[in-house]
Amino acid sequence: MADYILEMKNITKLYPGVKALDNVNLQVERGEIHALVGENGAGKSTLMNVLSGTIPFGQYTGDIIYNGETCKFTNIKDSEKKGIVIIHQELALIPELTIAENMFLGNERSNKFGKIDWNMTHKMATDQLKRVGLKEASTVLIKDIGTGKQQLVEIAKALSKNVRLLILDEPTSSLNEEDSQMLLDMLLEFKKEGLTSIIITHKLNEVAYSADRITVLRDGATIETMENPNHNIDEERIIKGMVGRELTDRYPEREHKVSDEVAFECKNWTVYHPVYTDKCMDRNISFKVHKGEIVGFSGLQGAGRTELAKSLFGRSYGSHISGQEFINGQEVHLRNEHDAIEHGLAYATEDRKTDGLVLGDSIAKNTTMAKLSKISNRQGIVDPIKENKYADEFVKAMNTKTPSVRQAVGNLSGGNQQKVLLAKWLFAEPDILILDEPTRGIDVGAKYEIYTIMNQMVKEGKAVIMISSELPELLGMCDRIYVMNEGEMVAEFTQKEATQEKIMSAILKSDDRQIKEA
Amino acid sequence: MKVSAFVKKYTMVIALVIVFIFFTVLTQGKQVLPANVSNLLLQNAYVLVMACGMLLCILTGGNVDLSVGSTLCLAGALAGKMLQDGRPTALAVLLPLVVAALIGVGQGFLIGYIHIPPFICTLAGMFLWRGLGRVVLDSRTLPIQQQGFKNLFTSYIRIPGIDDKGNAPSSLVIFCIIAILFTIAMLMSELKKKKQGIATTRISSTVIRIVIIDIILVAYGQRLSKYQGVPVMLIWICAIVAIFWFLTSSTVFGRYFYAVGGNEKATKLSGIDPRKVYFWAYFLMSTLAGLSGLLVGARIGAVDGNMGNSYEMDAIASCFIGGASAYGGSGSIPGVMIGAILLGVINQGMSIMGLPDQWQYVVKGAVLLAAVVFDVVSNHKTGKS
Repeated sequence: MADYILEMKNITKLYPGVKALDNVNLQVERGEIHALVGENGAGKSTLMNVLSGTIPFGQYTGDIIYNGETCKFTNIKDSEKKGIVIIHQELALIPELTIAENMFLGNERSNKFGKIDWNMTHKMATDQLKRVGLKEASTVLIKDIGTGKQQLVEIAKALSKNVRLLILDEPTSSLNEEDSQMLLDMLLEFKKEGLTSIIITHKLNEVAYSADRITVLRDGATIETMENPNHNIDEERIIKGMVGRELTDRYPEREHKVSDEVAFECKNWTVYHPVYTDKCMDRNISFKVHKGEIVGFSGLQGAGRTELAKSLFGRSYGSHISGQEFINGQEVHLRNEHDAIEHGLAYATEDRKTDGLVLGDSIAKNTTMAKLSKISNRQGIVDPIKENKYADEFVKAMNTKTPSVRQAVGNLSGGNQQKVLLAKWLFAEPDILILDEPTRGIDVGAKYEIYTIMNQMVKEGKAVIMISSELPELLGMCDRIYVMNEGEMVAEFTQKEATQEKIMSAILKSDDRQIKEA
Repeated sequence: MKVSAFVKKYTMVIALVIVFIFFTVLTQGKQVLPANVSNLLLQNAYVLVMACGMLLCILTGGNVDLSVGSTLCLAGALAGKMLQDGRPTALAVLLPLVVAALIGVGQGFLIGYIHIPPFICTLAGMFLWRGLGRVVLDSRTLPIQQQGFKNLFTSYIRIPGIDDKGNAPSSLVIFCIIAILFTIAMLMSELKKKKQGIATTRISSTVIRIVIIDIILVAYGQRLSKYQGVPVMLIWICAIVAIFWFLTSSTVFGRYFYAVGGNEKATKLSGIDPRKVYFWAYFLMSTLAGLSGLLVGARIGAVDGNMGNSYEMDAIASCFIGGASAYGGSGSIPGVMIGAILLGVINQGMSIMGLPDQWQYVVKGAVLLAAVVFDVVSNHKTGKS
């Protein structure tokens, strides 16, 4: 019988309308590196949040058995006390504080009156920094070191907490190849010292290189656990596990009537980060969408799809934007979002809560927001009767579940919020709709309804651009699929050609290529 | 409507009624003497006017304008200076307004387009304009006694023949007409809603509301008729309040303020430029502060370097007591007016009772705190987390 440091048994976590985790089992052997893989939304992060106590005991069902005892963590402190430390993808470091201050934040070396012993702090910090191979002094500010080194500081911070089980969520997503390699080697080194790690990553070459065993999650359920004793597992084998789901009729029927007319085209579009202006987010992207066509954009998170969409939508993202945009064959220069809307563009955002809807406002007000001119007269006086009528029509047409259009959007379920977001953009009467993750975090039934609405849009001759991280949905809905990775267009498939394996390997191969180029 | 829902919706109105009755009893009816009723709004004219602008600033995201007390002082000082120099009344009115508007353009530009945090930008303004005001005054007190100027702001409407010195029945007539017009307007709009099939309230509750407001209007007119009549300043106040009420509740322009405060990112992606919204909020605020400078100067009859000290806090407090969200995105002009009048009643009541100044501060603070705590707790507002 293997010696398990951690067993998670039958973990189930429900969110309103969504089963995020469904009887998930995870067994981690003492002293191994265990990889957790799966598509976006497969439940990896949720599972780790359960383990670390971010999702407290009581809000999930199932057992966590750690070092032979059943644990009921109610917050991160509880799990950290036991030596379980999680390092999130978004680093939790404070830029204006020093390395040492960050390492001991919330865990300060102090006497019983609360006075911090700085000598002790810096000495301990330096010791841990040595272990992770950082030569920086512990008094250097976090903002003055690169992302790769910040990642190392996070690990040093974990080590200072006497970590027994280290969880890394996408540790290499923002690192270059060299730093990634260094990080993985360090994990292998720590493994020799007896540290157990769980690593969540999309980069399968890293999985093959470092992991001893691999657990695949899909749709909130454990699919399988693979052994990788010789660190040479076939990446195709992992991909199959990640995406190998049957496509049943989860997508409404649609007549594919794509017109020859190009509704929207962009050529050589290049965008840089708005703050770090030397960081290229999208490089030389060209694509087109025909009238009556749904075009999918596939890629991993951070592939530059949202950045592309936002920058095309009246330059609402980025800096040093270059390239050309064409609407109905005419080149346009969209100066701002208002301009974009006037030209018949719509962009339904990926995150409906933070930048899609005004949650405190009513359905009616949200619906009309992007085109208030439609419900007001020339003097700018709003006609609330007209407004309610329009909103009512959308609520009925989309089957939005709400007692009235005066209901605050924040009180609706995710799926219904998404419908309001779509209603808002349809109200603006666009010809080209960009839908960024239109079905994120909503249940299967609502997804079907959203798909039906999308089919209706293209039937009316609109062009739809669908950005999604869910491969099956792209395959089920799109006429054509573009694949992006690391800010570049790496492949294009027609619906007939496209398979999940082809798309995944297009992404992974471009990863390899970029690594070689670097 | 259930009792609890009613109480929640009209909390501040109920509080106002209770406080008013409380002080009427405590002052043995002095609170409802004609002179006191008339003075209640006039004394607080600056709060009522500036709270309209302050609401716009607060709507954009809980931001406030700290400079308005000083802008008010500068405007008053300029008016005093013009009058002292014997310039025409028109100039004494227009110059301060233009200067205040320019201050608004400057602060609005810095906040909206350069993204200076409103708190800091207007804090700087608070020092700057107060200082400049004192420069204009040369650290003296200037009288404002010119008749033309006073006529414009502090006189009373008198209709020769009906009104004599102490009695002005014309005001009762005016308010009766207003009450009738109000009743007709309300019934018409209710009828229109019925026709469109979107009637939301029962007819009985509409009637009750109309009757209550009519009674208040007529009673107010009656009180005014016993003390000099309808003050011109009341017209100024009502005009400003009406304009801002209309702007915030029924125009596209007004929508923008709520949208930006509710979710700035979503607003921007909906094709609305938040920079413009910020600009207009601070521009209008400063302009109203300038007007308030004229009102206060005319009422007091003099201007000095301390005029308008901490008036910004009264305007801010009115907004929050009146239910504006400290995080932006919600609040209404009627609510804010109730808040301002509630503060005014408390101030006036305590003054009549002869309570010392220091206690008035204590009570004001307690009321503000209670109102906001109540608002946050009852609405479970947890901020923009």
